Amino acid sequence: MRNWSRFLIGATLSVLLALGLTRFVGNEYFFFATYVVLQFIVLATAWNILGGYGGYVNFGASAFFAVGAYCAVALTQSYALALPLQILAAALVTGLLGFAVGALTLRLRGIYFSIATVAVAVICETVIMNWSFVGGARGTTVLQPAAPAFFSSYTRLLFFVMALLALLAVAFARFVETSWIGRGLRAIRDNEEAAESVGVPTLKLKLFAATASGALMGAAGAPFALYMNFIEPTSAFSLNYSVSALAMPLIGGSANWLGPVIGAILLAGTQQIVTVTISSELNVLIVGLLLVVFVVAAPHGILGLWHKLVARGGQRP
Amino acid sequence: MSAPLLQVGALFKRFGGFTALAAVSFDVPAGQRLGIIGPNGSGKTTLINCICGTLRHDNGSVRLSGVDVSALPTYRRTRLGLARSFQIPRPFYSMSVAQNIAVALEYGVGRRRVHASAARKEGLTVLDRLGLTAKANADVGSLTQVDLRRLELARALATQPRLLILDEVMAGLSSVEVDDMLETLASLNREGITIVMIEHIMRAIMGFSQRVICLDAGSIVADGEPAAVINSAIVQKIYLGG
Ligand SMILES: Nc1ncnc2c1ncn2[C@@H]1O[C@H](COP(=O)(O)OP(=O)(O)OP(=O)(O)O)[C@@H](O)[C@H]1O
Ligand SMILES: [Mg+2]
Repeated sequence: MRNWSRFLIGATLSVLLALGLTRFVGNEYFFFATYVVLQFIVLATAWNILGGYGGYVNFGASAFFAVGAYCAVALTQSYALALPLQILAAALVTGLLGFAVGALTLRLRGIYFSIATVAVAVICETVIMNWSFVGGARGTTVLQPAAPAFFSSYTRLLFFVMALLALLAVAFARFVETSWIGRGLRAIRDNEEAAESVGVPTLKLKLFAATASGALMGAAGAPFALYMNFIEPTSAFSLNYSVSALAMPLIGGSANWLGPVIGAILLAGTQQIVTVTISSELNVLIVGLLLVVFVVAAPHGILGLWHKLVARGGQRP
Repeated sequence: MSAPLLQVGALFKRFGGFTALAAVSFDVPAGQRLGIIGPNGSGKTTLINCICGTLRHDNGSVRLSGVDVSALPTYRRTRLGLARSFQIPRPFYSMSVAQNIAVALEYGVGRRRVHASAARKEGLTVLDRLGLTAKANADVGSLTQVDLRRLELARALATQPRLLILDEVMAGLSSVEVDDMLETLASLNREGITIVMIEHIMRAIMGFSQRVICLDAGSIVADGEPAAVINSAIVQKIYLGG
């Protein structure tokens, strides 16, 4: 309980900080770059709910991200839906997508789910490529509306919205992790047959995690077109999303809600710097290399390294 | 007369063209201590897996207190009071000993939400029973084989079973440790838990069981008094005559 109240205070301060930043930071680029970092916090945190806690690897985060983005675009074009409703609708659709993929493959243990997520990414991209209503392969322009009174630009508003989403995602992940659901998922990751045999409803928990994870990934993608003023399939379905969504938790540490946050800040931050100074083409390569280094040298991520250091320090006389 | 606690009816299980269980039928009345023996590959583990739902059987039925549980997933059978241990221990490796037990306490009894402090006390009791109290906070990775088997049993117990099925829980134990384990099992049985024990250690089977079933090539070849089963011509032939 005390832990939760500390978390709530931290969360409230973060919201105020984000709000304050939109007022007092002059440099527009700051919001443009930080938005991306926040977006990756949502994506990595979402991935970790199923992948980190439950041990089921999703290789198709880009599909959930892009379907969320296109869902928002389609709804805006047909109904001029408000941004919060776009996000909600995107989360609903990608949550259903996560549930459907899960229902089809999570009855089977092992790698079937992972393979299916790759297929889902390919199928979704092909569908969008051929859907002319949202621009097909050439893409479509999405104009930012006028910024509401409090925000001096729409990018600042998007930054604030993504900050709220990140907070929501982290709070949700933390709730899952510390609840009976998280303990059940952890048992599934450790040994699914043993989990089932002590009474853990493995299929239900996996489906819950797949749905929640999918919904949050879609929410992360929903404002994407507004942020870019444009959307086309190749960038929305970029491999970078799929790789980063799993690399960030693994590098930060996937057993704890803080891991994906650390991984996202570190990797997305690096990517932003590389994009500006060298080229965005290098991003996937850098993430991939870092992932390999961590998997080999620090399989429990940065948090794992940290715990090891603390434990060693504590042993000294 | 109420139905026997466990009823296995004409159970069949095939792996491809290979028949691992062929029409296995037996009842276990509540309170019984049943030993199951049989040579390697005779289908003992497969039988447990089918009873618990870890594997789906191809034909036949499994009933708990008269209720057919064939269609129920494993976790529902656990919540009806069926617990098992695995032949090769399957602990939750990322957790401590106490956390392993906590998962079983939290999930094993189903919707009946146990109060946290009551659960902790129950967990301590289970650990104490199996002599794991001193290792409650130890990582599972640091446990010896013996303690891993104790944990396997402790975790099954934490689900508060009516029927406990043990798959070679004594393999690799020293003779003193076997005696300890037998004593623990006997006291659990006195408290009303029905126990089915699969074991290769004859001394354990003979010392524990009220009844013995011998499985060979997926069929029951002997069923009855321990001494009678062990001394029967067919069991003698399987074990000695090859
Ligand atoms: N998943 C499986 N796929 C194919 N064959 C299997 C499978 N599980 C078991 N078998 C086969 O079924 C037969 C019975 O195996 P089982 O594990 O039930 O034997 P067991 O009596 O428990 O033996 P042991 O005393 O060695 O534990 C064996 O021939 C085994 O090879
Ligand atoms: Mg066996």
